[in-house]
Amino acid sequence: MTKVDFKLIDSILEKYGCDKSKIIPIMQEIQAEYKFLPEAALMYVADKIGETYAELYGVATFYKDFSLNEKGKYVIKVCNGTACHVRKSDDVQEALYEITGMKPGDYISADGLFTIERVACLGACGLAPVCTVNGVVHPQMTPDKMRALIMDLREAERS
Amino acid sequence: MKIQSRQMLEDFRAESLKKLNCQSKQILVCGGSGCVAGGSLKIYDKFRELMERKGIKVDVILQDHVDHGDAVGLKKSGCHGFCEIGPLVRIEPAGLLYIKCKVEDCEEIIEESILGDNVIDRLVYHDNGRSYSRQEDIPFYKQQTRVALTNCGRIDAESIEEYIAVGGYSALSKALFDMSPDDIINEVTESGLRGRGGAGFPTGKKWAQVAAHKDAPVKYIVCNGDEGDPGAFMDCSVMEGNPHKMIEGIIIAAIACGSTEGYIYVRAEYPLAVLRLQKAIEDAEAYGILGDDILGSGKSFNLQICKGAGAFVCGEGTAMQESIEGKRGMPRTKPPRSVDKGLFDAPTSLNNVETFANVPDIINKGAKWYSSIGTEGNSGTKVFSLAGNIKNTGLIEVPMGTTLREIVFNIGGGVKSGNFKAVQIGGPAGCCLTEDHLDLPLDFDSTKKIGAIIGSGGLVVMGDDTCMVEIARFFMSFSTNESCGKCTTCREGIPKIQEILERITHGTGELEDIDMLQELSAVVKTCSLCGLGKNATNPVVSTLKYFKDEYIAHVKDKKCPAGVCRSLCTMWIDPIKCIGCTKCARNCPVGAITGQLRKPHTIDVEKCIKCRECKVGCPKHAIKEV
Repeated sequence: MTKVDFKLIDSILEKYGCDKSKIIPIMQEIQAEYKFLPEAALMYVADKIGETYAELYGVATFYKDFSLNEKGKYVIKVCNGTACHVRKSDDVQEALYEITGMKPGDYISADGLFTIERVACLGACGLAPVCTVNGVVHPQMTPDKMRALIMDLREAERS
Repeated sequence: MKIQSRQMLEDFRAESLKKLNCQSKQILVCGGSGCVAGGSLKIYDKFRELMERKGIKVDVILQDHVDHGDAVGLKKSGCHGFCEIGPLVRIEPAGLLYIKCKVEDCEEIIEESILGDNVIDRLVYHDNGRSYSRQEDIPFYKQQTRVALTNCGRIDAESIEEYIAVGGYSALSKALFDMSPDDIINEVTESGLRGRGGAGFPTGKKWAQVAAHKDAPVKYIVCNGDEGDPGAFMDCSVMEGNPHKMIEGIIIAAIACGSTEGYIYVRAEYPLAVLRLQKAIEDAEAYGILGDDILGSGKSFNLQICKGAGAFVCGEGTAMQESIEGKRGMPRTKPPRSVDKGLFDAPTSLNNVETFANVPDIINKGAKWYSSIGTEGNSGTKVFSLAGNIKNTGLIEVPMGTTLREIVFNIGGGVKSGNFKAVQIGGPAGCCLTEDHLDLPLDFDSTKKIGAIIGSGGLVVMGDDTCMVEIARFFMSFSTNESCGKCTTCREGIPKIQEILERITHGTGELEDIDMLQELSAVVKTCSLCGLGKNATNPVVSTLKYFKDEYIAHVKDKKCPAGVCRSLCTMWIDPIKCIGCTKCARNCPVGAITGQLRKPHTIDVEKCIKCRECKVGCPKHAIKEV
């Protein structure tokens, strides 16, 4: 269980003046801190800004960027925009599942290192197919490059 | 320093220009998302390190020098648009463009082109045996007309001083001091500018409707930077490459509409755009261009950024307003329209990034000049992003009414592999255009006539290795994921369509499925509330219209003509290309490939599990899916 630092949540709330219309930026800041939205934090925020937890849960589950589940150390986003799709991003994604031993629907790999997300478009269509690892763009991916990338990350973890 | 009058702005411009002219040469490293991904920031750092080591005077910001003309400007520019050949480095004033630069090339570039006046031939663009050292001569650029993208790639994207030096915010001062709000609206109306986000609504008319609410205590301007269409990245480039131009357009809109508050809604996938816009807003506030008493005019306007959280539907105007208000981004029922009751129930003008980027030039050069570009009723230029199976991937700006042929074959250089098959225009809610449409002028009205939309301007080119049924399935899976769930037809209907398409691509489709697709598509279109639902089935309808034979081939003959749908393909070794290296036989996990050394091999289709390991490993590309 992730421990939630309520003092930190307070400082975020203070910054936005407990304003109901700022729920999204408030949740974005909490997520930037924990990489996901811990339930305890959401309940606390709901209480402070005078909104029901259900309402916050509704917003959190509506937007794809928000996650209620813990994520891996490396969040890998595979772009499946049209340009990437036409340039065979599916093969890249398949290689990624295969080497991490994950399957669609898994939140996190067994070793806790990886989370795979499929996103619609990263806006780097000129370099299709692309993926990002913790925000760093890797251009013109192939299944082999994907396998090598994961091996490198695992290697970096070991040493 | 706060600029408090028109004269102060002009003085500041003269001063900035003087500083800019102090730079004898300039190195502009492309800082667009594409080139950054290719390592352009490392190149920037290397240039800086090398020049400092060599004792060259480097300006990373504009500076005053007593001895004019011996400093070299080093800056991160906005996107040049030709992302395929990045990272790009432009050398001014010669206008040289170096492509596919690497950190190792920096030394040579400094020695040859900065300290000397030579061109490094291996780094310039080559096409058809010709080398093009100057950016403007490259065919990709030569055939473009740049309005919204002017200065993208020419100036430091993060410097307000450079933007002002090249004439920035002069349209704002004209709008503030020479024109009344009505004058601004009339000018924009007469220019014929129509919304660049896709719908093509006349911008001047929209502003007039917001301005008409004279007694409203607050009015909002919202800039739609939630560019969600996969395959489109033009707004991203404007926000990253020339943020001040767009901000100038927004402030002019605010003056015209009498608005004091504004939001820029940027999608979360564009972190660089958010950073650049944030800096641009802070700089504009510091110079008194945003905030209270703009340029000493007594007028005020506050602008803030609202970061999206990953929902395609938020690109729809009313859904975006819900999202800014901190709710789930679900479209509202219209009427009331946003111009009457929009954000926080106040009159709101919501325009697209590119629309705003056109405004400063309309104010400066006049409505007549703007309407002279493009076609009747569709004035100005449009930025398109070219992606997919095309030689020159990137961003282009052309006059409205340019034909698809000119864009794909002249500027885009034609398809990269195979033959041209179709272009998907307007994103996932758009249509497929075929060879028959190559001479169609691309503007709002001509595309509407054939039932297509320009949308935000994404063009994804597809060759004959793309299966149109599979592409329709792909778009349906996108829309299934992105449906907000408000309307039953969109929420339930699109997944049903996707299911049928999946059946067809797996070879278990029936002929009546095709009729069912038509019927379901019509229902979803009629009964959904917003543009996403209404247009979501366009890809199905248009592929059925132009590529029905492919659907029939899947359903009746159980074949995928493009060789994409795995369940319907068999692996085949071309005996002419096969050299008998035995690699495929060794790679095959089920022992389906046999053959003698140096003799063509064959695949036992009964044993084959279609894993494609053979195809991936073949050194001669002899293995095909048929």
